Amino acid sequence: MPRPPTQLPQFSSVSDVAKRLSAAGYLTDKQIATTVFLADRLGKPLLVEGPAGTGKTELAKALAAATDSELIRLQCYEGLDEARALYEWNYKKQLLRIQASQAEGGADWDTVHDDIFGEEFLLSRPLLTAIRRTEPTVLLIDETDKADVEVEGLLLEVLSDFQVTIPELGTVVATRRPTVVLTSNATRELSEALKRRCLYLALDYPSAEREREIVLSRVPDLAPGLAEQLVRTIRALRALELKKSPSISETLDWAQTLLELGLDTLDEAAIGDTLGVVLKHASDQERAAAELRLN
Amino acid sequence: MGGPVAPPPPGGLAGHLDGFVRAIRETGIPVGISQAVDAAEILTVVDLLDREQLRHGLAAVLLQRGNQRQIYDTLFDLWWPLGDRPVAVPEDGEGEGEAVTLDAPDSAGGEIDPSARLREELARLLAEGDEAELARFARRAVAMLGQTTPSPSGQSWFSYRVMRALSPDSLVSSLLEGLLAGGERGGMAEQVARGEVRERLRSFKDAVDTEVRRRQADERGRDRIAKSAVRPLADQIDFLRAQQGDLAELRRMVAPLARRLAVRLSARRRHGREGRLDFRKTVRASLATGGVPVVTHHRPRKIHKPELVVLCDISGSVAGFSHFTLMLTQALREHFSGVRAFAFVDSTDEVTRFFTPGADVADAIRRIGREADVVAFEGHSDYGNALEVFADRWPTVVGPKTSLIVLGDGRTNYRPPGLPVLADLVQRSRSAHWLNPEPRRLWGSGDSAALRYAEAIDMVECRNAAQLADFVTTL
Repeated sequence: MPRPPTQLPQFSSVSDVAKRLSAAGYLTDKQIATTVFLADRLGKPLLVEGPAGTGKTELAKALAAATDSELIRLQCYEGLDEARALYEWNYKKQLLRIQASQAEGGADWDTVHDDIFGEEFLLSRPLLTAIRRTEPTVLLIDETDKADVEVEGLLLEVLSDFQVTIPELGTVVATRRPTVVLTSNATRELSEALKRRCLYLALDYPSAEREREIVLSRVPDLAPGLAEQLVRTIRALRALELKKSPSISETLDWAQTLLELGLDTLDEAAIGDTLGVVLKHASDQERAAAELRLN
Repeated sequence: MGGPVAPPPPGGLAGHLDGFVRAIRETGIPVGISQAVDAAEILTVVDLLDREQLRHGLAAVLLQRGNQRQIYDTLFDLWWPLGDRPVAVPEDGEGEGEAVTLDAPDSAGGEIDPSARLREELARLLAEGDEAELARFARRAVAMLGQTTPSPSGQSWFSYRVMRALSPDSLVSSLLEGLLAGGERGGMAEQVARGEVRERLRSFKDAVDTEVRRRQADERGRDRIAKSAVRPLADQIDFLRAQQGDLAELRRMVAPLARRLAVRLSARRRHGREGRLDFRKTVRASLATGGVPVVTHHRPRKIHKPELVVLCDISGSVAGFSHFTLMLTQALREHFSGVRAFAFVDSTDEVTRFFTPGADVADAIRRIGREADVVAFEGHSDYGNALEVFADRWPTVVGPKTSLIVLGDGRTNYRPPGLPVLADLVQRSRSAHWLNPEPRRLWGSGDSAALRYAEAIDMVECRNAAQLADFVTTL
C-alpha cells in the first residue's frame, strides 16, 4: 500500500494538543486531546460523531487555528456529487471559448481542445483545493452523514491516497497531506470502510466541570456561581427525555442571555422566562416545566 | 468472525492486546484485522504509563459507534486494570497517599467496624462530587468490604456486600440537604439537585462494579467475567424482550430512523435534481449568449406528496413490539404530515388522532388501549377480520400514492389470514412492506402465517433497531 504523502507531526504530545487547542479557544478533555494527537501522529482522518451542537465543527476550526492552517470546508448535503465536491469543468466558459474561436475564423480542433481543458476552465471544489494546496490545510468534511452513500466512495478514494485523477489533465497528487476532519450527526450509519480508515471520536455532552469551564471561557463576564447553577440546570434538562437535548452551544446562548438580561441567579422565574433559548420544541418546554416543577 | 491467522504469542504486550481485541470482537463489536494492526501502532505512539491515554487511543481505532463505548470501557478495565500493589500506583497519576496504605490486601480484618467510618467518608465524597476521588474510594471500599467466603462457583467478591454495608441510597436526603444549602424544598432547585445526586450515586456504583469485576477476574479468569459483565448493545435488544429501562434508549434511536424513513419514502426515486427541460425558457436565455444555450432552464419538479399508512398489531403477544411500532408511528408523524396510523387486535381502528406531534408516546399508547375500537370479540389477534375491517371501513386510504407498512408477527391464532384482502391492498399501494419482529426461522411455525403473507407482500425481519436501520437504508 503506497503511503500517502507525509507531513511532519504538528503536535509533540497530548498535553501540547490540549494547550494549543485551548489557546485557540477550544477546551479539550483527555479523550479529545488523545484522539487529535493520534490523528496527527498516524496521519489518519479524524471522524467526529455526536449530537448536534457538541462542538464538532468548532474542533476543526480550533485545530486549524492552533496549527496555523487554512480551513477548507466541504459541507455535505443530500444530492452532493463529484462536481460539487471535487472539481467541475466550467462548461459555460468552455462554450463561449468555442464560440469565440469560431468567430475568429476557426482555430483547429487540437488547439481548441487543449485550450478548453486547461487550468483556466477548471473549477476546483473543496476536495481538490485541499489536495492542491502547498500550505498547511485542515480539510473539514461537515455532516458527512447527510451526503449520499456514493459520496462516501469518493471520499474513500480521495482520503486513502490523497490524489485525484482528472482525465484531461492527469493525476494531481497532494504535495502536503491536509489534516482531515469528518463530522457526523449519526443520523445514518457511515460505511464500515470509511470508518475503518478514520480515527473515531465520539463527542458527547461534556462533563459538568468541563462545561463550566467552557461557559466561563466563552462568556467570561458571567459570575462563576451563576455558571455553576446554569450547568447544573442544563444537566438536569439533559437527563429528561427530550426531543432535543440542549447542547453546548445552547448552554452558551443561555449564559449570554442571562448576562444580557442582567439576571444574577437562575431561579424558577428566570428559567421560565428564558427557557425558549435552550428548548426549542413546545412539547419539550412543557415537559421540562412539569418535571422541574417550574410553576 | 474468524480470528487473525498469526498465533498469539504466549505473553507480552502484543499477545495481551490480541486477547483484548478478541474479547471486544466476542461482544459483537466488529473489529477488522486492519483495526487490530492500527491498535498495535497506537501502542507505539501513546504514553503507555498514562492509562487514560491508552484507553482513549485504543478506543479511537477499535470503536466505530458511540454506543459501543460502555462495553469497551468495561472490557478495558478488565484487560488493563489498575494495579493493586500497595507501592506501585503510578497509573493513577496524581499523588494519593492514603490509597497506598488503605488499599493493602486483607485490610478488612484489621479494623473493628470499617463500614461506619467509610460511610461517613462516602457521604463527604458524594457531597463534593469529585469523580476521581470517588472512584479511588470505591476501590478501597471494595477491598475492605467486598469479600466473603467463596461461593460454590469460587466467587468471593460481590458488589452487593459493599452496597449493603454502605447503603448509599440512605444518604440521599442528607446529600440533598447539603446541595440545596438551606434552600427551600419542592421547587426546581430540588429537582436539579436530585438529578445530580442520582448521577453521583450511579457513578459510585459503577466504580464499585468495575472494581469488583477486576477482583473477580483475578480470581476466576478474565474471560469468564468479561462474558457475564457485558450487556448487549442497545440496537441489538430484541423488541419482544425489551424491558422498561431499554425503552427510553430505543425511543432515542427510533427518532432519527423515522426521519430517515420519512425521507426515503418521500423521495424514493430521484431523477437528478431538476425537472424536465423548459425549452422555451432555455432558448430565451440563450439569446443573451449569442444563441448558445449556456444555461439550461428546467421546469420545477412536481412536489411528490407521499402518504404513509401504518397498520400495526397491538395485541398482547407482541406487546413489546407494538410499543415500539407505536413509537415509530409517533416519530413518523412528527416528520411526515401524510401519515395515517391504524391499529388492530381483532378489529381495526384509526389511531392517527392520538399521535398529534409532540404528544407523549406512553400516554398515546394508554389512550389507544382505552379509547380505540380495536377489540371486537375477545382480544386475540385476528388478522383476517382486522384486514377486512380495514379494507371495508377505509376503502380509499390505500391508493397509488400510498406506502403501506404493516407491523406484526402474523400469528393468526389459526384463523383465516385474509390473504386476498392483503394482496389487494398491496396491489393498490405504491409500495408495501411488512416488518415482522419474529426471527425468520420461526416464520410459518405454529399459527404463524408469516410465510404465506410473505408471498403477497415484502416481509422483513425486524427484531431490533439495527435491523430496522438496515431496512431503512435498503429501502
